[in-house]
Amino acid sequence: MIPELGQIALVLALAVSLLLSAVPMWGAYKADAALMGLARPLARVLFVLIGAAFIALMASFIRNDFSVLYVASNSNSALPLPYRIAGVWGGHEGSLLLWVMMLAFWMLCVAQFSQHLPQAVLARILAVMGMISMGFLLFMLVTSNPFERLLPMALDGRDLNPLLQDPGMVAHPPMLYMGYVGFSVAFAFSIAALLGGQLDANWARWTRPWTIAAWVCLTIGIMLGSVWAYYELGWGGWWFWDPVENASFMPWLAGTALIHSLAVTEKRGSFKNWTVLLAITAFSLSLLGTFLVRSGVLSSVHAFASDPKRGLFILAFLVLVIGASLTLYAWRAPTVGLGQRFGLLSKESLLLANNVLLIVATGSVLLGTLYPLFLDAMGLGKISVGPPYFDTVFVPLMTPLVFLMGVGPLARWKQAELPELAVRLRWALVVSVVATLATQWLAGKITLGTSVGLWMAFWIVASVCVDLWDKIKPASNIVNGLRKLPTAMIGMMVAHLGVAAFAFGVSMVRTYETERDVKMNINDSTEVGGYVFTLRDVREVQGPNFVAARAEMAITQGGDKPVTTLYPEKRVYRVQSNPMTEAAIDAGVTRDLYVSMGEQLDSGAWIVRIYHKPFVDWIWGGCLIMAIGGMLAASDRRYRARKTADATTPQAMKGAAA
Amino acid sequence: MTPRKKRLTLILGGLAILGVATALVLNAFQKNLVFFFTPSQIVAKEAPLERTFRLGGLVEKGSVSRDGVMVNFVVTDTFRKVPVRYQGILPDLFKEGKGVVAQGKLGADGVFVAQEVLAKHDENYMPPEAAEALKRAAQANARIEAGQAKEMK
Repeated sequence: MIPELGQIALVLALAVSLLLSAVPMWGAYKADAALMGLARPLARVLFVLIGAAFIALMASFIRNDFSVLYVASNSNSALPLPYRIAGVWGGHEGSLLLWVMMLAFWMLCVAQFSQHLPQAVLARILAVMGMISMGFLLFMLVTSNPFERLLPMALDGRDLNPLLQDPGMVAHPPMLYMGYVGFSVAFAFSIAALLGGQLDANWARWTRPWTIAAWVCLTIGIMLGSVWAYYELGWGGWWFWDPVENASFMPWLAGTALIHSLAVTEKRGSFKNWTVLLAITAFSLSLLGTFLVRSGVLSSVHAFASDPKRGLFILAFLVLVIGASLTLYAWRAPTVGLGQRFGLLSKESLLLANNVLLIVATGSVLLGTLYPLFLDAMGLGKISVGPPYFDTVFVPLMTPLVFLMGVGPLARWKQAELPELAVRLRWALVVSVVATLATQWLAGKITLGTSVGLWMAFWIVASVCVDLWDKIKPASNIVNGLRKLPTAMIGMMVAHLGVAAFAFGVSMVRTYETERDVKMNINDSTEVGGYVFTLRDVREVQGPNFVAARAEMAITQGGDKPVTTLYPEKRVYRVQSNPMTEAAIDAGVTRDLYVSMGEQLDSGAWIVRIYHKPFVDWIWGGCLIMAIGGMLAASDRRYRARKTADATTPQAMKGAAA
Repeated sequence: MTPRKKRLTLILGGLAILGVATALVLNAFQKNLVFFFTPSQIVAKEAPLERTFRLGGLVEKGSVSRDGVMVNFVVTDTFRKVPVRYQGILPDLFKEGKGVVAQGKLGADGVFVAQEVLAKHDENYMPPEAAEALKRAAQANARIEAGQAKEMK
């Protein structure tokens, strides 16, 4: 019964999304307040219906209803409850439902928190989002129905892929999807503005907090995925340039460019066309990511059993969305007009350079991801593009970007002076170079690559300090000065410091990590990175749905000082009978100790892989700091304060009355 | 500087950055492409000696032998075989008789030295490269058999 209710809710949701995409849009065209007024209630109803379908699927998982095909394929009665809940998005159909669920959630947020928007603008925004949800609901109902019944019902389920049975599965996909789908808001704002012909500073100010919120979610989502891959895959890597990772990284890069160009549009009214184009690009890349991951064209842990019909549907949808929005852009953009003029050296020109670099970076990832697929599809042979390509490309692209990150915030709008900037930043340059060399000297090895990476980190920190000092100097004391800084400004500085922490972590772990594969018998010892690892015992343990060989690895340092004991496991899951390595990690601020088990040899000895990874946690810490910076920026009172002011301006009143 | 000159400088500057960056990207791209070869192609000496490439096929049954952290095994497309040497821990789903993709360089002695071994992510899944190698070998086999049949006539 419950699955049927979910099914009915989905069908109703499709009908509502159809209404939502047509009626308010027509109302905005005819200036009919009653029709436009329907946008908000329809968005709420859509959220309730999709939410009901989502809960229905979750209930089927919790109740172990193996008469539902999707539940039977992705769950098992022995699966612990949190993973049965996460199992909802463990396969193709359910993750689409999650996608639509997130879209409905963002729509609800827009409907709730946009009281100040002119009615026609809000009507168009929600209608555009309604169209997107209509496309995805149709896709789900036609090709990938999560509620399909299985007759006769299965006695037990085929279990969730063991790789996915992890706390990361509970948090990573929802967060990532929040980010992906969040760019649909910026996209809808842009399309609405193009349709209404009102691309102005107001539009940029409305779009900014939404874009930053989506960017924050995407940042955290990518970070969670990276942490998960690090401890789960047992390879000790944190980023693999896997096509699916790239699929989430491209919208992130474009979104980062969008945030910066929105700043120019809001403050100076320039870059309007470019900003709109970026908003379209960011969301198109999100859709492309969905296509790549969900169509089965990619082979990775994220790809589910593929069905060509599905891939074709998403591809058609993708072409339609991108084609339609670019056509609209080509038609309306020439009427937008140029913004304020700016000098060759100014905050505007520096942010323009930032955008060019970020877009080139996006393009290089796109090339490396799509070209092999393209060749394969054309039958021209199989190639792959690995980490060496991305490494070679990213370092030279990111170095000037990070240099600009130091200069940009200090430069003046409209016209900046080179000598003045040089004087203000000379100490930052000296300090960063000295710190770079000193760190490497202390760590015991100086290389060019590390110098570049560490310099980036120290340069950001030093230039943020200069910027902060210049801004609080005029105040009577430091506390007052800090209090006077706008939250958005603090957010920017925090986010930039996050990049510094990230660059520091990456450089340190790259250069100074040690890795060792060793054959160990019980009571054998080996030394890695100044720590002594002793294999004390390996014994068999039982889990809820697996059996495991669990090792006891005692770690000591400097003679016999005990550090910790780690328990890595080699598991075999009963239903799918796959072996799985469960690495054990002792995490710390300055280093991680990482032990993962390989195979057992005929002699009874084990192959064990041991890593010493200095400062690896700074990578994710940096991402988290970036996200916190984003949250601060999005929560700036300016967005809310001016919003309430807007509500009383004649223009907004007119919009409300119209 | 007149506004027109300034705009021109901006555009030229932007294009210059874009050009340099594009050149860099394409150059890196060309240098780092990893091609794919089947065991049959390697035996036929079509694969390069000093360049990293990918080899795909099935792990031949009974061919895996370990010597501490060194592993030797044979990759086959059911038609031709290539010996592979690898140092380190194999992925969880590496099994005899199952699909595998190895990335590395071919030594002068004809042994493929793998830097990385990739296996499938779940039970029912075959790496596309491995599937491709089997498909090509099957086609080649069919052609040869057809040829032999002709000769017999």
